[in-house]
Amino acid sequence: MDLHKLTAHELHEMLKARKVSSREITQAVLKRVSEVEERVKAYVTVTADQALETARAVDDRISRGAEIGPLTGIPVAIKDNMCTTGVLTTCSSKILFNYKPPYDATAVERLAKAGAVMIGKTNLDEFAMGSSTENSAFFVTHNPWDLTKVPGGSSGGSAAAIAADEAIVAVGSDTGGSIRQPASFCGVVGMKPTYGRVSRYGLVAFASSLDQIGPITKDVTDTATVLHAIAGKDPMDSTSVDIPAPDFAACLRNDVRGLKIGVPKEFFAQGVRPEITDAVMKGIELLKSLGADYREISMPIMEYTLPTYYILAPSEASSNLARYDGVRYGLRSKHSTDVLAMFMKTRDEGFGAEVKQRIMIGTYALSAGYYDAYYLKAQKVRTLVRQAYDKAFEEFDVLISPTSPTVAFGVGEKADDPLEMKLADVCTIPVNMAGIPAMSLTCGFQDGLPIGMQIMGKAFDEETILRVAYTLEQNTDFHAKRPEL
Amino acid sequence: MTEYEPVIGMEVHAELLTASKMFCDCSADFGGAPNSRVCPVCLGLPGSLPVANRKAVGFVVRAALALNCEIAEYSVFHRKNYFYPDMVKNYQISQYDFPIGLNGWIDITVGDETKRIRIRRVHLEEDTGKLIHAGGNESLVDYNRSGVPLMEVVTEADIGSADEAREYLVRLRAILTYLGVNDGKMEEGSLRCEPNISVRPKGTKKLGTKTELKNLNSFRAVYRGVDYEAARQIEVLNDGGKVIQQTRRWDDVRGITSTMRTKEIEQEYRYFPDPDLVPMRFSREFVEDERAALPELPDQKKTRFISDLGLSAYDAEVLTDSRAFAEFFEETVKLFNEPKTVSNWMMGDFSKLLNAGGIEVFDSKVKPAGLAKMLKLISEGAISGKIAKGVFEEMFQTGKSPDQIVKSRGITQITDEVEIYPVIDQVLSENADAVKKILAGDAKPIGFLVGQIMKYTQGRANPEVVNRLLRERLAISLT
Repeated sequence: MDLHKLTAHELHEMLKARKVSSREITQAVLKRVSEVEERVKAYVTVTADQALETARAVDDRISRGAEIGPLTGIPVAIKDNMCTTGVLTTCSSKILFNYKPPYDATAVERLAKAGAVMIGKTNLDEFAMGSSTENSAFFVTHNPWDLTKVPGGSSGGSAAAIAADEAIVAVGSDTGGSIRQPASFCGVVGMKPTYGRVSRYGLVAFASSLDQIGPITKDVTDTATVLHAIAGKDPMDSTSVDIPAPDFAACLRNDVRGLKIGVPKEFFAQGVRPEITDAVMKGIELLKSLGADYREISMPIMEYTLPTYYILAPSEASSNLARYDGVRYGLRSKHSTDVLAMFMKTRDEGFGAEVKQRIMIGTYALSAGYYDAYYLKAQKVRTLVRQAYDKAFEEFDVLISPTSPTVAFGVGEKADDPLEMKLADVCTIPVNMAGIPAMSLTCGFQDGLPIGMQIMGKAFDEETILRVAYTLEQNTDFHAKRPEL
Repeated sequence: MTEYEPVIGMEVHAELLTASKMFCDCSADFGGAPNSRVCPVCLGLPGSLPVANRKAVGFVVRAALALNCEIAEYSVFHRKNYFYPDMVKNYQISQYDFPIGLNGWIDITVGDETKRIRIRRVHLEEDTGKLIHAGGNESLVDYNRSGVPLMEVVTEADIGSADEAREYLVRLRAILTYLGVNDGKMEEGSLRCEPNISVRPKGTKKLGTKTELKNLNSFRAVYRGVDYEAARQIEVLNDGGKVIQQTRRWDDVRGITSTMRTKEIEQEYRYFPDPDLVPMRFSREFVEDERAALPELPDQKKTRFISDLGLSAYDAEVLTDSRAFAEFFEETVKLFNEPKTVSNWMMGDFSKLLNAGGIEVFDSKVKPAGLAKMLKLISEGAISGKIAKGVFEEMFQTGKSPDQIVKSRGITQITDEVEIYPVIDQVLSENADAVKKILAGDAKPIGFLVGQIMKYTQGRANPEVVNRLLRERLAISLT
């Protein structure tokens, strides 16, 4: 049996029945990594020895009669912008090429506590800035469905690892679509939880008010399981919220009767390909046939979300990334004679072009004389976006849209057109601005490449999103289709 | 020549006496081996997040209330962005347009005049690490201080002289130490004062170009630094020059200020609300509860000392400048209920010894019980006031009780007439000339004879008894 192809809940049943050990699962996944990684390049670091060690310890605990949780013994891939004690955490940046944190991110710690086995750290666009993983300082990750295509980004490594069966479950981070868009491109399931649902402690900050950690998995059940493991108030993160997280997997229902779906037309404009619209609408019609109701709505403010995002996120990033100066850790330029030169040369040598561009935009937007016109104005637009969602959710339980206007594009195809690249996030960015949860899952294919549907929900109502996604999954077989590698 | 007047505003940074740092659990204590009190948060490691210390926030609310401030209903932490190697994140978490306290004041008294110094704002921020220049081309950084909670108190430009500057700081320090939010140790840098000084022609309103003064590590330095800098600016203007906006460093040894750096343009800090921290909201109820829980403050204590204990305004002011000093006084008065006597000893001999040894009152070997006991010995006539001075000094040096000292020195006062009579006889027989003069009506030599008797008894004879017996023996009236 190809253990690496299974989901966490399938493997969990086998572990409980003592039909398989965590070590066997981990070995199978590591074998898969050794077979396909050269072509996919999902991982910055593979922690094979540590994984086998952890798996053995988990098996020991199981043999001594310890409780087997839904993630006990399950191999997990971690995006390389989450801190892992003693294991390289590079953010796919040259400036952190050698950085080994002395502590675990809370999400990582909670996964470890749940018994999950870390397989490695996955590639991303440098500091999570990008939509293709082409901005990684190390290498490009390839889409397992078509190796000439990008896997999306910034969590492209995690999404590709799941699509290529190089891990059973994964976590990514999402600032403007960085979980959902790669999940869409790679034909897997990904969720950005409500802002505050999952602790950001140990997630290397890109834009603090937008960043959120979430699951990337093979199916909806696994997303629910991983979310439950990592969710909850953390005393180390003031912005994490003390709202109890239900057992999301236990709440899954194949039932959307009476559910009201809003279909915001603005999410189907701006360069959305007709094939994408068709596939998403087919999914919505299917939900209708299963007892849900939908109606098209208009959210005109969405037009302004992309430019607003590109003020707010770079502003925060310019400050968050100021600490990389060569003084305490990471890269230090060897070509400096004084401290100011060390700062400047380290940052010049250590950051890639996209990161530098965003730091400059953010620095500009925060400067005296521009602050009111840019940052403050953008915050006001953000409030309007939030209000638009609040209003929509007075009437609807969920909103549905495409995750991305296109399927995965070719490696290098948009590298020379930064604006076109940024438009890839037009459907996902509003969600981060409002702080609400949203999920992507496959709802069709175009030329053999997966199409993602985005389901958006009310703050702290991931449950309803998961219910819609689960119902879709149970009544279609898109998720059963796997890339051939 | 134009007559100028100084215009001074004061920024004071006070490290708060919390056990832990502002945004993490590390110890906020002074000192420690370099980089031993650090964690991912106060080192600003990638991914770490700040969580505000509630106690520190409470301290600032209390301080702001004691400084007669309004407490903001809504207060926010901002990031102050600038690059410096002692800053782990290259931004400092501070406050900008929504500080915790606003629009307060302190009344100060200089000479006979009481003046109100307005306080513009009281806010909370984190301290930075410390750069140590290791010589050559190397610098070291110690991040133990990184993230220690720091309160900033900013006045309006209401201070008009070096005297007022010092007095403002004395009263502010008193208030902060009374509240227990700051230890008031200027030498250790836990209370740091940076005056902004400018001068303008007397009677005009327009402010001159200001300089900021750093490295003022004592009240004396504040007085001298401000005095020097104002005089320097006046001299520059009188010579037809211009004051340059800059930060200047006070040199305590040479007694001068010199340029540290010149601010050519307004520093660009790119303040914006820290998205890692949630805004603070203070309900009216919370504020009133905090206000009700304030301890007795220096001014209240001073008023009480004057009205209830009958002290002079000056004595009451000096005694209440330090909470520890005031408490020592009150403890002593509880055991020896003569406030004026206690006050005289504390402001006299005790203060002199403390100042000479550079010792804080709470570190002194003399405790209230010891001082009270000694004062009792004086009032009972067991020792004279003069002898008590020596006894007190030994108490101060050794920590011994006054009983012990008196006993071991054999310096109990002689009040027994039977013991004193033979001495009087002896002295009278040795000084026949003086006796003759007295009997002839000249009272002057009486003092001389008393002195001789004291000398024979090594000062132990009770002067009152000696006087009385002497006059009796010479059959002169006691007038």
